[in-house]
Amino acid sequence: MDIFLQQVLNGLVLGSVYALVALGYTMVYGILGLINFAHGEVVMIGAMVALTVMNALLGAAVGLPPSLVLALATATAIAVCMALAFSIERVAYRPLRRAPRLAPLITAIGMSILLQNLAMMIWGRQYRTFPSVIPVTPHSIGGASITDVQIVIIVVSAAIMAGLLLLVQYTRLGRAMRATAENPTVAGLMGVNINRIISATFVIGAALAAVAGVLVAANYSIAHYSMGFMLGLKAFTAAVLGGIGNLAGAMLGGLLLGLIESIGAGYISDVSGGFFGSHYQDVFAFLVLVLVLVFRPTGIMGERVAERA
Amino acid sequence: MNLLELKSLKVAYGGINAVKGVDLRVGAGEMVALIGANGAGKTSTLKAICGMLHHGGRVLYRGEDVSNQPSHELVARGLAMVPEGRGVFGRLTVAENLEMGAYIRRDARAIRDDMDHVYKLFPRLAERRRQTAGTLSGGEQQMLAIGRALMSQPKLLLLDEPSMGLAPMMVEKIFEVVRQVSAEGVTVLLVEQNAKLALEAANRGYVMESGEITLTDDARALLDNPQVRQAYLGE
Repeated sequence: MDIFLQQVLNGLVLGSVYALVALGYTMVYGILGLINFAHGEVVMIGAMVALTVMNALLGAAVGLPPSLVLALATATAIAVCMALAFSIERVAYRPLRRAPRLAPLITAIGMSILLQNLAMMIWGRQYRTFPSVIPVTPHSIGGASITDVQIVIIVVSAAIMAGLLLLVQYTRLGRAMRATAENPTVAGLMGVNINRIISATFVIGAALAAVAGVLVAANYSIAHYSMGFMLGLKAFTAAVLGGIGNLAGAMLGGLLLGLIESIGAGYISDVSGGFFGSHYQDVFAFLVLVLVLVFRPTGIMGERVAERA
Repeated sequence: MNLLELKSLKVAYGGINAVKGVDLRVGAGEMVALIGANGAGKTSTLKAICGMLHHGGRVLYRGEDVSNQPSHELVARGLAMVPEGRGVFGRLTVAENLEMGAYIRRDARAIRDDMDHVYKLFPRLAERRRQTAGTLSGGEQQMLAIGRALMSQPKLLLLDEPSMGLAPMMVEKIFEVVRQVSAEGVTVLLVEQNAKLALEAANRGYVMESGEITLTDDARALLDNPQVRQAYLGE
């Protein structure tokens, strides 16, 4: 088995999920300058809702094909997460639009804790088994193995990200989002209803988060009320690494972080003579965060545009 | 008929009164200049009209009270603003900036025609349509800001210091277009520190001093007014 190729594949799978979640952070930051720390919890709610729907459908024994069950569950998760994110923005962030920056940040952390505890009350504190409707049979590519779920993760993530880039670059909504991100007051003078654009941004980010939640739960066959926390932090790191506020940066940052983590975890044991094990995987993400913040706070693709007065 | 009427408009920033009860009217088809020194409250007045600042008193647009309405609703009623410092979207291309100007419109074909019209007014913009606006010179950005405002097919155009920081040749070009836009039937309210320039272009003028209108007359009369000549024309 080729360890390097295997770690690259694992890194791409992991990185695709990070990228999907990182986009939600970066879009909201781009428009509001807010780090929406509750975003990781939206991912978790997506996974939990999908799990509930799948169990209900499979339990009802109506004999639906597994792929349809997964599709219905994902669609429900997306709808619930969109509604949730819309409400979070309205209830928690909008009233603080003119408050000092620290206030919404603390509110976001509070919202994260609130959602985790709500999820714990609804779905319990134990690990929940995510029904494996996509076969996890491994395929072999050049000495490394990859499962169907992992292939789905890479393909679906890539398709969604391409779709998002097209939306932001070529549609009226996307143009308004970019204009609002750059100068909300002037965007208002163009007739853009800023509040609507902000809502749209949250809702689109939440849809991506829901998909990410389903993918990650399907990959590990497990879901837990706290699963969004670490995933959220990692995705935030990815967004910072790519240059927060920058969409392509979030995608690149996500993939890079996935690769760094998985290659790091794959070799740390050999390099340290067995002193550190692969469970040090999480350390890499935060090492990256610290290094980026110290040496290149704008990230890889952060603001380079010089604007004249 | 008055297109715009301000009735004792007041703006305050945390206890400081920037605009202290301004009465002003702009008739349909007119070009009106609002002149005054730096800090007289001209920009605050414009910002209040287009919903960028909370204000007291009343703003009547086509006879309707539109006081404190959000900017985006006023645009749909035919009011467009070229803000101080231009406010172009530096990361968007020239063409995208113009498309943002037409945000409220859905008539794709007419939008394209209007865009061609803007490119005809400012051929420099046509050359640079694929460039991001941040790479344009100050004068080109001012052209873009005016072109963008025209893209909403405004009935009333508010211009805030269009000559600021521009080379004399560029200022001439900008004012040539402002005159042309006015001749095409767009009503213009022009705020300027350059009083001579503004009064030469306008039909009527208002002089603003520390938050109040101190003088109003036909533009030509203001140009001949000894007070104005001394205070604003440097004679």
